[in-house]
Amino acid sequence: MHIKEIYRVEAPYREDMIVKGYRFGKGDKAACILGPMRGNEIQQLYICSQLVRVLKELEGNGCISAGKEILVIPVVNNYAMNVGKRYWGVEDVDINRKFPGSVCGEAAARIAGGVFGAIKDYSYGIQLASFYMTGEFVPHVRMMETGYQNTSLANLFGLPYVAVRKPVPIDTRTLNYNWQDEMTAAFSLYTNKNTEVDEESAVQAVAAVLRFLTRMGIIRYESHSGYISHVILEQDLSNIHVNCGGIFRSLVKAGEDVRYGNKLAEVIDPYEGSVKETIYAPTDGIVFFRYTEPLIMQNELAYRLIHRLHA
Amino acid sequence: MLETVYEAQLPVGENLIIYKNRITGSKPVGRIAIVSGIHGDELEGQYVCYEMIRRLEEHPEYLRGTVDIYPQMNPLGIDMARRNIPKMEMDLNRIFPGNAQGTVMERAAAAVVEDITGADVCIDLHASDMYVREIPQVRVSAEFARQLLPFAKLLNADMIWLNATATVHESTLAHSMNMLGVPTLVMEMGLGLRITRVYGDQVVDGIFYLMREMGLWDGPVGPVREPVISSDGEVEFIRAEHAGIFLPSIAHRHYLHKDEKIGDIVDVLTGKVVQEIVARKGGMVFTLREYPFVYEGSLIARILEQDTQE
Repeated sequence: MHIKEIYRVEAPYREDMIVKGYRFGKGDKAACILGPMRGNEIQQLYICSQLVRVLKELEGNGCISAGKEILVIPVVNNYAMNVGKRYWGVEDVDINRKFPGSVCGEAAARIAGGVFGAIKDYSYGIQLASFYMTGEFVPHVRMMETGYQNTSLANLFGLPYVAVRKPVPIDTRTLNYNWQDEMTAAFSLYTNKNTEVDEESAVQAVAAVLRFLTRMGIIRYESHSGYISHVILEQDLSNIHVNCGGIFRSLVKAGEDVRYGNKLAEVIDPYEGSVKETIYAPTDGIVFFRYTEPLIMQNELAYRLIHRLHA
Repeated sequence: MLETVYEAQLPVGENLIIYKNRITGSKPVGRIAIVSGIHGDELEGQYVCYEMIRRLEEHPEYLRGTVDIYPQMNPLGIDMARRNIPKMEMDLNRIFPGNAQGTVMERAAAAVVEDITGADVCIDLHASDMYVREIPQVRVSAEFARQLLPFAKLLNADMIWLNATATVHESTLAHSMNMLGVPTLVMEMGLGLRITRVYGDQVVDGIFYLMREMGLWDGPVGPVREPVISSDGEVEFIRAEHAGIFLPSIAHRHYLHKDEKIGDIVDVLTGKVVQEIVARKGGMVFTLREYPFVYEGSLIARILEQDTQE
């Protein structure tokens, strides 16, 4: 294992922010795994740290394939993590909306540009990411529909689902989109938590990354074969919104199987305690996403369901 | 007349409401929409909206068409002095044209777009953020320059900046409305979290001048200034190359000579100057840093090259 400095931000009131890369093996730039760019991505940090631990052991046992190099960047934005903020710096900028970055741009664009310069030549790019909405996902690999996406490769992670998102203009500044634009096969991994460590899904994510690296011939590692992934298009998900604001009482979790008419959630009147609204499943399906905050606004997205293919 | 454009229940005992004030003149000859508060930390437009309504109500006899004023597009953001939508931490001006079946604020964006559709012109008022101060300017994307420049020249701005891509992103209200055939101009001025009345009055004068040219206003208007028209290539960005505290040597709107000092970045712990910032070209300082703390890359100033003034 070799630790190298990917990018450094000087700061007068704190120690310099140093983006560190952990390199395993030598040779072709085979795979890069990148952790949190947002300060609330604690689960993603944990997963990356566990990957570094396992890859260090594998390298010690001679299990990194000859001529292959893996780079893990466990965290980009440790500054935000240490002060409990989501975005970077006093200007509160989302680094994951600054790619491909610029070496002569604003501070966050320089960070993005510095990091991207170090990672854009890898064949496979894996980002431990979070969604802009607060909630719980069934573990999946997410890809942008850029024309370069390869869902067959994404299947090799062995997670239950591969979700393909049609990019909107703002997505064009994300790492995933720009990685694909540079011909890196890019994947974003989502587990069911962000702000807290969930050991079970972290283990699943670590296993998925190791499985992918094994199947691509980058490491030698014994792992079970995982799931045969089901590819879903984001626009085909069934979105369920609430019609009232109030206290959100969620009754089913991500990954659960539901039938048409099953009760999914209730919205409780925050003053009188009565049920203002009951949310029912509009179709048979599997819960892909559920809102997890205790309070909910009217029209907020409470659930996204994957339609069941077979009864 | 106050109208509700969008309303949604917040979780506990409150509604999020986007209002507009519709002021109707004597003839249905056209409609102008004036929008502000998309970013909750930009308050310059609040004064413009107030002053527009005050003058319109002072002389209703001069009004011909309809004026729709939307002062508070992101009401929770204004209340909390936050650029983004509080709690969601999303930039409202990156989710247009919205989605009537989407999330809460996607629906809000869609409702606003639907409400403005059909107007003859729309002005989207922005301030700078709390970090840099701006002169009153109109920002126009090259894609719509041919349609928008005739309007922009009437707005009494000091400058028209063509092809300012960061502000005219495809997910903005302005881009969406222009795509829908409503000429929409982005105006930027002043400083975040502050009101600069002299800039506000200048912009209000410009909007009344535009309304008069469009036949919406019969009242007296003053002359408007001739704006400098600039493309991106004529704007020099000066950025910090070291972190520290920026101490300016010049005032905003200053005309710089080549090699003139703009300011220093200092290290307060060691008492040393870590960067002396000098202009590589002459020109007008139309953007100048107000917030002293800088990282490497922080914007210090933007200079419109001198040649364009001549």
